[in-house]
Amino acid sequence: MTTNFTHKQSAHCESGVVSNLLRFHGMEFDEPMVFGIGSGLFFSYLPFIRINGIPTTAYRIWPGQIFKRFSNRIGIKIETKKFSSPAEAMLALDKMLDQGQPVGMLTSVFYLNYLPAAYRFHFNAHNIIVFGKENGHYLVSDPTMEYTTEISYEDLVRARFAKGMPEPSGRMYYPVKVPGEYAVEKAIWKGIRQTSDHMTRIPVPLVGAKGMKYLATRLRQWPRRLGDRKAIMWLGNVIRMQEEIGTGGAGFRFIHAAFLEQASVMLKNEKLFSLSQQLTKSGDDLRDFAYYAGRVCKNRKSDTKTFAELGDLLEACSQREQDIFSALYEVSKSNDL
Amino acid sequence: MNKEQVPQDQENLNEGKLAKLYYATDDKGHYVKVNSIGWEPETVAMQQAWEVVNDEVREAREKVIAGKASPLLYFIKKNIMTPSLVASYAGTISIIVRLHCRPFFFRRLSMRRLEKYAYTFRITVEELTDIERLKQHDH
Repeated sequence: MTTNFTHKQSAHCESGVVSNLLRFHGMEFDEPMVFGIGSGLFFSYLPFIRINGIPTTAYRIWPGQIFKRFSNRIGIKIETKKFSSPAEAMLALDKMLDQGQPVGMLTSVFYLNYLPAAYRFHFNAHNIIVFGKENGHYLVSDPTMEYTTEISYEDLVRARFAKGMPEPSGRMYYPVKVPGEYAVEKAIWKGIRQTSDHMTRIPVPLVGAKGMKYLATRLRQWPRRLGDRKAIMWLGNVIRMQEEIGTGGAGFRFIHAAFLEQASVMLKNEKLFSLSQQLTKSGDDLRDFAYYAGRVCKNRKSDTKTFAELGDLLEACSQREQDIFSALYEVSKSNDL
Repeated sequence: MNKEQVPQDQENLNEGKLAKLYYATDDKGHYVKVNSIGWEPETVAMQQAWEVVNDEVREAREKVIAGKASPLLYFIKKNIMTPSLVASYAGTISIIVRLHCRPFFFRRLSMRRLEKYAYTFRITVEELTDIERLKQHDH
């Protein structure tokens, strides 16, 4: 059983799944549009939440939010199901496939053996679409991959019922009602406004542009506080969060800039295009930061001077993003309906 | 990032399976989508994360061979898991899993319990309990 499904590669899994699912239902949204309307961009550095002893750094909003915000703003009704038994979950999936419906689902990367081994850590919030079944294998559209692929029943069960944080519990979802008419302009403004609001106006030093500055000040002290080995490990983790799979480059900054560009065309707003170009520049600075940080990691020497310089780079980015998103907030405020 | 600058570093960990999508700009600042096969800083950061994992696996293996830990510890590390994660797969609590990492308790495990652990790691009970095999292979 296969469905008439077109796969397009995307940078980020969540926005990619939404974009691909909606195309099937006759709505064409490019990935950056989904990411922007869903207010996907963010920054947070949470030293008190640690994974394997390393503080969490995120360049995006937490998993599931993009999807939720996007469908609310466009007015799509989504059915989400979770299951207690794997057999039941797979049966429900088969039923949907028999009806010719592709289904989005949450999985753990660890069990997706079509991915290169190096990426397969226990990350439990990866989104994929299953769109068919052939010879007992499920046909998978993983938005981060160039082409569609397949997975065995056994592996899919394990991926859907992985344990740990967060637990997918076999979650699957599909649109049940797509609106005939929708106010895309309003949705775009809402997306821009929420992103810029979160980046500049949350009065907590750990999040948004302020969070980047906070990370910069902490990072300068890492070699002294943690010693060589750990400082380099923590730095490596920041690079991974910024550049590893799903970010489209520079910790989602380029996707968001692409969104601003598309928005400027749709809304005929020149200001948005110039802000898109500024965000591109800020993204380029983040790439430089990752490049120099990568060199530090490669040489395995963490002298205080280089860490201080890395901190300076990051702080400059923070300042730039503060300015860009403040400007975006003003623009969206004057245009919000 | 200009589309000409999208990195294509040959030395990467993608096994030829993956060419990630990047958003890059053309000369006028308009965005286009470009695939990239790899970028060194990212590869370095990923290798580094794996080195930590591999070190722990090696340490665990040595402990098991020296009789200071049970093979369970080795397979926990090999699967990048923690006792509490294994506990939720095997339907128990983390402190019990920690105890089973000691040879004394591991030797006394029931077949049912061993099967649960083996299932968690996607191996057979023989593979789980066979220390000789661990000694021969050093991965």
